[in-house]
Amino acid sequence: MARRIRFVEALREGMRQEMERDPSVFVMGEGVGPHGSCFKQTENFTNLFGIDRSRDTPISELAIAGAAAGAAMMGMRPIADLMWIDFSMLAMDQICNQAAKLPYISNGQVKTPVVYRMTTGKSKSNAAHHSGSFYSWFINTPGLKVVVPSTPYDAKGLIISAIRDDGPVIYLEHKLLLNNRGEVPEEPYEIPLGVADIKREGTDLTVVATGAMTVFTMTAAQKLEKEGVSIEIIDPRTLMPYDKDTILASVRKTGRLLAVDEGYRYCGFGSEMVAMTAENAWDALKQPPRQLTTMHTTIPFSPPMEDYVFPNPDRIADAVRSMMQS
Amino acid sequence: MDTITQIRLLETMLRVRKAELQLAIMYKNGKVPCAAHLYEGQEAIAAGICDHLRHDDCITSTHRGHGHCIAKGMPIKKMIAEVSAKKTGCCGGKGGTMHLFMPEVGVMGTVGIVGGGIPIATGIGLAMKMQNTDRVAVSFFGDGAANNGSFHESLNLAALWKLPVIYICENNLYATSVAVWRSTPIPDIGIRGSAYGMPGVTVDGNHVDEVYAAMETAVARGRAGEGPTLIECKTYRIRGHFEGDDAFYRTKEEVAEARKRDPIDYWKAHLIANGAITEETFEAMSAKADEEVAEAAAFADASPYPEPESALLLSGNPA
Ligand SMILES: Cc1ncc(C[n+]2csc(CCOP(=O)(O)OP(=O)(O)O)c2C)c(N)n1
Ligand SMILES: [Mg+2]
Repeated sequence: MARRIRFVEALREGMRQEMERDPSVFVMGEGVGPHGSCFKQTENFTNLFGIDRSRDTPISELAIAGAAAGAAMMGMRPIADLMWIDFSMLAMDQICNQAAKLPYISNGQVKTPVVYRMTTGKSKSNAAHHSGSFYSWFINTPGLKVVVPSTPYDAKGLIISAIRDDGPVIYLEHKLLLNNRGEVPEEPYEIPLGVADIKREGTDLTVVATGAMTVFTMTAAQKLEKEGVSIEIIDPRTLMPYDKDTILASVRKTGRLLAVDEGYRYCGFGSEMVAMTAENAWDALKQPPRQLTTMHTTIPFSPPMEDYVFPNPDRIADAVRSMMQS
Repeated sequence: MDTITQIRLLETMLRVRKAELQLAIMYKNGKVPCAAHLYEGQEAIAAGICDHLRHDDCITSTHRGHGHCIAKGMPIKKMIAEVSAKKTGCCGGKGGTMHLFMPEVGVMGTVGIVGGGIPIATGIGLAMKMQNTDRVAVSFFGDGAANNGSFHESLNLAALWKLPVIYICENNLYATSVAVWRSTPIPDIGIRGSAYGMPGVTVDGNHVDEVYAAMETAVARGRAGEGPTLIECKTYRIRGHFEGDDAFYRTKEEVAEARKRDPIDYWKAHLIANGAITEETFEAMSAKADEEVAEAAAFADASPYPEPESALLLSGNPA
């Protein structure tokens, strides 16, 4: 398995193979047509599938999200591209009140197999309206699954599973990861939703990290290794439903949990990890479980302020060190 | 329109143009940390609209909002300092290119969410009406934003409540890579006004005299308590969607054609023809704008970055 491709290429390949396999799969969103999307996620799709199946839309997030759900009820499998997670807020009713709830309130008579794709997270001075990590909003909506890949391999396997899933799935693409390379098989494959991956084995402390935080934590792990601290990194990959068993097994082994979350600390994925670990592995913990998150602030534009509010490899290493000392 | 007004409009257009070209250079030189959406080619709209506004009137604007802020009275140095992430910027570096505010001159915010400023301007108009003033609010937005729910809900509300709001749709034919004919099945967005029960007009947005005339009527209507107006200004987005956008979704010929309709060239020729200015006065005006922009850039350059910890001021962080 020698082929190394970029995250965005892996994602694109996964979508392309599903569109080839299943004529009910199509993409719609602002700029997904001939332009091939903001970050080239659908590059060449209009040549391969025509403008009907890689369908440009007006800037109408509510209608994109709702129309995707409606089409899904009729047997289509739309991939709705909302560009930035920040813009999904304009579509919240259709995603959270409609797509997520219709299967339940209809008592299973309708299905809404939509993939809502959006980019997420920090980039370079993208400021208040383009830097969000609001996945916990979706985690807090029963009926939605939430997927955050951190490697090209995961990006492909998870988009394929998300498309094949019979319910609505939020699929988040971290802007800092899109050009990262990794090994990716050419043939289609699924990564089951709800299964974590141990990105690095270790013995002293478990870090649960998602998206770009997984990569930052890998960097921190190398430094810490030299200091004699061995951390295990678990990437849940799916944040709802998440892989409780794998996380707990790791925490039981190391006795320490640090959740590194680009979202906010209050009622976020990190706080869920802390709560879940405390509830289920109290006896195994050598230390109170902790979380390192983005500070509770709107994201500022200017680089010194922006850098100040996000987790980074140094801050992750510091948090680990302080947990190892006490 | 008197000669002084004619010359003032030209001056505003030049100041906006030069500031944007300066930012393009600063972006290339790494002095602007994030790609900005520049306004080149659309200056006649900001100038023609804002010329009718008083200091106590308010605007909301978009991701492409530098020009609106300058035309409304924000000093260029406060804008450039903000876009280059400095502490001395109009928002202390917190906002950046897409989030510019200066309430003292009526700049009530440019936004990064397409359509996000339209309801806000509507609410500003509501307050102006409830406070029994004759102030007006203006919302600038693009052809792309006109297909967002925020447009529909706001225009209905403003017409229903006869709010003093003027909705300025700058139809520059593109919303990122999506040409307007691929997002909107009607030729003119201006006609939507009638669907909401307000006047809706379409003007050539590269002709500042047309923009100015349409706004004159709309402002009078707003100040008199007669309600909102929709003005569509047809123009063209000369640059890529943002600096660095290769814009391969349109042809070079199309852009070259559009450049021939430059709003500054048009107005300059008009003013020279009617004797309001000469080639020499134009050169002098141009040099003056260059100087102002160079000073603004030097001010931004010399300014410090904000302290990292100031990120948490006003954040709502309970710690
Ligand atoms: C709600 C929302 N959807 C999408 C975007 C991404 N986006 C930024 S600018 C833009 C195009 C806007 O087009 P238009 O309103 O015509 O303004 P222009 O860029 O032409 O000035 C898009 C789609 C956004 N910022 N906000
Ligand atoms: Mg436009």
